[in-house]
Amino acid sequence: MEDTGQPVLEFIGVSKQFPDGTLALSGFDMRVVRGEFVSVVGPSGCGKSTLLRIASGLADISAGSMRRHAVELGYVFQDPTLLPWRTVQANVELFAELRRMPKDERRRRAADAIKLVGLSDFVRHRPRALSGGMRMRVSLARTLALQPELLLLDEPFGALDEITRERLNDELLQLYLTQRFTALFITHSVMEAVYLSTRVVVMSDRPGRVVGDFRVPFEYPRSPRLRFADQFSQLAGKVSACLRGEGQQQDPPRSSPGQARGAVLP
Amino acid sequence: MSLDTDRVGPTDATAQGPAVAARPPTSGRRRWLSFWGPPFVVFLMVIGAWYGVSYLLLSPERRFLVPPPHDVIQVSFLDPANLQELLSALWLSTKVAFIGLAIAIVIGMVSAVAMSQARWIERSLYPYAVMTETIPILALVPLFGFWFGFGLNSRVLVCVLFSLFPIIANALFGLQSVTQEHQDLFTLHGANRATRLWKLQFPAALPSIFTGLRISAGLCVIGAIVGDEFFKQGDPGIGILIDLYRSRLQSEQMVGAIILASLLGILVFWFFGFVGRRVVGSWHESASGSDVQ
Repeated sequence: MEDTGQPVLEFIGVSKQFPDGTLALSGFDMRVVRGEFVSVVGPSGCGKSTLLRIASGLADISAGSMRRHAVELGYVFQDPTLLPWRTVQANVELFAELRRMPKDERRRRAADAIKLVGLSDFVRHRPRALSGGMRMRVSLARTLALQPELLLLDEPFGALDEITRERLNDELLQLYLTQRFTALFITHSVMEAVYLSTRVVVMSDRPGRVVGDFRVPFEYPRSPRLRFADQFSQLAGKVSACLRGEGQQQDPPRSSPGQARGAVLP
Repeated sequence: MSLDTDRVGPTDATAQGPAVAARPPTSGRRRWLSFWGPPFVVFLMVIGAWYGVSYLLLSPERRFLVPPPHDVIQVSFLDPANLQELLSALWLSTKVAFIGLAIAIVIGMVSAVAMSQARWIERSLYPYAVMTETIPILALVPLFGFWFGFGLNSRVLVCVLFSLFPIIANALFGLQSVTQEHQDLFTLHGANRATRLWKLQFPAALPSIFTGLRISAGLCVIGAIVGDEFFKQGDPGIGILIDLYRSRLQSEQMVGAIILASLLGILVFWFFGFVGRRVVGSWHESASGSDVQ
């Protein structure tokens, strides 16, 4: 695969202490390579979200260093955070608008992104007329409109019901294969992490550090049936055990970029 | 790609697609009735009670204390000279109220925006904004008279003081209601202060701003009437007429003037509710409610 091995994001011995004294991260090491889909799982309150805030530059670090080599960055929150007074179209145009992109360019990009998430029939709707899953799709489209190289996702499907969530997992994988971004995905669901990722990183309780790093060997495109395969459950079991603190594991050497992605879908 | 999975999913009534099966045509009239019926029944009950007090409770020689409705209408509104007098006074009060409201909106919005931009500005100004609400206006009246004369200027000033605080408080609340995540989004994409204010805080504040405007619109009419009571120089406003009728024991005209003044208050209150629903009704729940009709 092209570009393999080229780091997009590096955390080296990162610590983060909040002004109130809480130590969120301590000696956190992680390297995300171009083309990877890395999921981070960990107990709640272990600093997963802080990780993304640091990666995006919204938060600073107390010690260590963070290097980001991606030019364009996308950030998807758990809440869709749409602007309720804007239509779907105007919401998706927002970031390009803030960047002062020309109107035509911004329209076209928004239309393309909305098409990607299958909401072309809803461009004139306001968020409150949409279901939770549709709102999250708009949020994804808004981020994809800038064609990010690195996508940071902070439990984007955590608030959705299981059916919608699994559906959106598949859609996100489609987008991953066609849009070719690198993803850093925060979740508290082991199944979701294993299903989506090329690599799953397990974090310890606060202060968060890496206690497990698993390569996920399944080929893309992945089908929902994978969730019921033996190998899948075994790997999910190993990740779960690590999450519970039963044996610390470093599955592959961390710099391994993961196996090649599967065939790119048309 | 087949990402259109829950396209038929649950959306609310504003989404396209088959709505709930059409209702029978009578439902329009029935809805209208259930909407206007209850307040109308209350209206009839109030009128009934009014007649009851006038004719059953009061002896004829004391009836002037609560003149019956038809006398009020007869004397106040059906007599052209009197109606003329009432309407021109009402018009003047309306002007006073609106000038005061306009000034209050400008001062209120500017200070709310300033306070939303920096904590230290908020800390410096807000206590004084609260004071405009808590100082008894009556205590300031002599000073206003000294400084601005006992005419229109001081009446306008009373209106401003009455309507300023709700505008500041509600606008500030709205401007500060933006969530941290929305702020983060704008930060991530390099939005400056002005962009943030114009594209995020201001639209987010619109529902609160209209709540404040509605409250202040009612208050500025009260301010105009209160101002009349103290600053009587110049053309009479409706408050001056009320005072005049009181001193002459013309109770029919007095009640008529009070009714007109209340109607004016209701009208401006309703007007801002209407504008608010037009502006934010398409996306904000509270605005589409039927709280004020």
